[in-house]
Amino acid sequence: MTDILLIELAYWQESILKLIFGFAVVLLPAGITVYLYLFKMVSFMQSRLGPMEAGPYGSLQLLAEVGKSAQKEDIFPEKADRFVYAAAPYVVLVSTFLLVLVVPFGPDAMFVNFDTGIFFALAVSSLSVIGILMAGWASASKYSLLGGLRAAGQLIAYELPLVLAVVGVVIQAGTLNMSRIVEAQIEGEIFGWGALGNPYILTQFVGFFIFMVAVQAELTQGPFDMPVAESELVAGYMTEYSGFRFLMFFIGEFATANIFAFLGATLFLGGWAVPPFVTDMFNLDPYSNLFNFIGPIIMIVKMLLITFVVYWVRFTYPRFREDQLQRFAWKFLIPLALINIAITGVAKVVF
Amino acid sequence: MTATSDAQKMQYIAAQAADARVNVELEAEGMTLNIGPQHPATHGTLRIIVRLDGEQVTAVDPILGYMHRGYEKLAEVRTYPQVTTLINRIDWVGSFANEVPFILASEQLMGIEAPERAQWIRTILFEMGRIANIVLFLGDMGVQLGAVTPMFYALRDRELILNQIESATGGRFHPNFNRIGGVKDDLPAGWITDTKTALNKIMDFCQQAEDLIVGNEIFEERTRGIGVIPADVGLAYGLSGANIRASGVDWDIRRDSESPLPYDKVDWKVWTHPDGDSFARYWVRLQEVRESCKIVEQLLDGIPAGPIMAKVPRIIKVPAGEAYVATENPLGQMGFYVVSKGGLEPFRVKIKTASFSNMSITPWLLKGAYVPDVITILASLYFILGDLDR
Repeated sequence: MTDILLIELAYWQESILKLIFGFAVVLLPAGITVYLYLFKMVSFMQSRLGPMEAGPYGSLQLLAEVGKSAQKEDIFPEKADRFVYAAAPYVVLVSTFLLVLVVPFGPDAMFVNFDTGIFFALAVSSLSVIGILMAGWASASKYSLLGGLRAAGQLIAYELPLVLAVVGVVIQAGTLNMSRIVEAQIEGEIFGWGALGNPYILTQFVGFFIFMVAVQAELTQGPFDMPVAESELVAGYMTEYSGFRFLMFFIGEFATANIFAFLGATLFLGGWAVPPFVTDMFNLDPYSNLFNFIGPIIMIVKMLLITFVVYWVRFTYPRFREDQLQRFAWKFLIPLALINIAITGVAKVVF
Repeated sequence: MTATSDAQKMQYIAAQAADARVNVELEAEGMTLNIGPQHPATHGTLRIIVRLDGEQVTAVDPILGYMHRGYEKLAEVRTYPQVTTLINRIDWVGSFANEVPFILASEQLMGIEAPERAQWIRTILFEMGRIANIVLFLGDMGVQLGAVTPMFYALRDRELILNQIESATGGRFHPNFNRIGGVKDDLPAGWITDTKTALNKIMDFCQQAEDLIVGNEIFEERTRGIGVIPADVGLAYGLSGANIRASGVDWDIRRDSESPLPYDKVDWKVWTHPDGDSFARYWVRLQEVRESCKIVEQLLDGIPAGPIMAKVPRIIKVPAGEAYVATENPLGQMGFYVVSKGGLEPFRVKIKTASFSNMSITPWLLKGAYVPDVITILASLYFILGDLDR
């Protein structure tokens, strides 16, 4: 923090700033993507306009939704386990906030610089499974229970392809530290040509594909939204929630999508950096303080690209049945990821 | 299988059905799930009690009647023109089609024949009702399976057909256009050209549906081999329409029965599919929309000039007698059995609807299916609650 802002900050002042930024990084992009993709992009895909009333072109619709949800009655189903029911949305959100800790937004702009950053991120992303199971069970409704069970099976099944896809990147970068993965992408060269750096999407395209599919499944989105299959289970594990608690799930879903997209941008698209030929053109130092301020903007742009694909696929495809989903993960994605790791390992040694 | 007699087959099927019905009091094991009257999947207020073993269905009990509006009783206290207005609302998506069998039955009782132009106009609007109905199905089955976007394209393109129906009859959903002896009005100027434009849009949409839904691998995985209805079982349960044609039975009332409607004057074919699964039912209906577009185009080209209403007395008093007319409605076979005792009102109107028979197969069909497949099968059988409960 001291390096970025060039002033001396006490530890407690720095912590408060980080707290505020933490909330901002999670909630603001969530708000942007909800408006951009959920309200506008899907509407345009479906040849309609979407919300237009609240604010210019419906930009304040999310504010209206928040206000609406906040003023709703806080319902508890009669047979629900009150503590578990109340705690479930927060458990899901905890994993989202923990994930954002390790994402680097600039050479120095990150919350914590773990040496095992990516390992921590993948471990923490599994916490949401507990929250979903809690929600499904505590709702005391058969629909919610079915949704929660389906979600648990699906999320656990798709953890593996997610991890294995990232292992390919780790092998190529040679480190688990997220900032050093970005540095490796800046400094890398493609057969001696260093103008683009080496964003790992080029060599790890299989890994990127598996990562995107696994992210889609981890978010219970798109073809993998059995747990919240709207035409069958109403809203799955979220059925009994209303008002503010439902808003937590809703925002949590979008925030998690954004954080996974940040992770994907860091691992595959080169993170907060621009290709070296751009920095050479303007004679900039890629690790300068300037990038601590531009970096977040670049990250947001890359994040928007990835979430665009995520939501595009979500609104196009019908959904898999639960057993087809599992078969896809275990029999197709995991072998593919293992082959990818093997080839990456061999290529790393050879080249 | 060929050695068993028909009686034995019926006994076997009845035993299976009885075995499949849920006795809610004896909830021995497994979870009982109530796919309740309020549910996004059922097209209206249908209640299905399923007994589950994990995610697999062991028994099914559909409970009908939440939408029952007493049409047959209401028809007894309405005059014949009023009944026409009433029965528009049975299958509210392809609504012109509901009027036709009743009007044909009443005309049969009165011994009146509608003039040729009126019959052609009736057939054109009948087929347009079919197009409107099935285009909704094409989008709706996608929604049931999770593909939310093609539904909007279906609704958008269906609006063009509804606009045409409105411009001719005055009502988008409830035209109330048939009269005993003909139709109410002649077609407005420019209608034929506009309808042809609308039909071209529908053909484009059919191509879109084929690309987005039929061509989608996930859709194929979700529907191929799901809910297979063998032809003999389907016929035994009384399935009709696209459901039975998807099991390979070549039966279409438009072609196979005597009716004054000019189906024999146009060149069209009946589509069947040998598989009998949910995919086949979707595919057959897609082809049927295309075929209906072709029929309407040919009818529009060849429509004869002439009067649109026969000589009919002011007050309609139908002589005593009974008549049954069945037609190939969008949902299947719809039949009206009209009994008259010579008064202003029918004495008894028995409405045979396709959805009721189509629904009867569900206890047999859903046994052993997974919960998501229940939704797929119900969506592919395509019943409208108004048609089911009347």
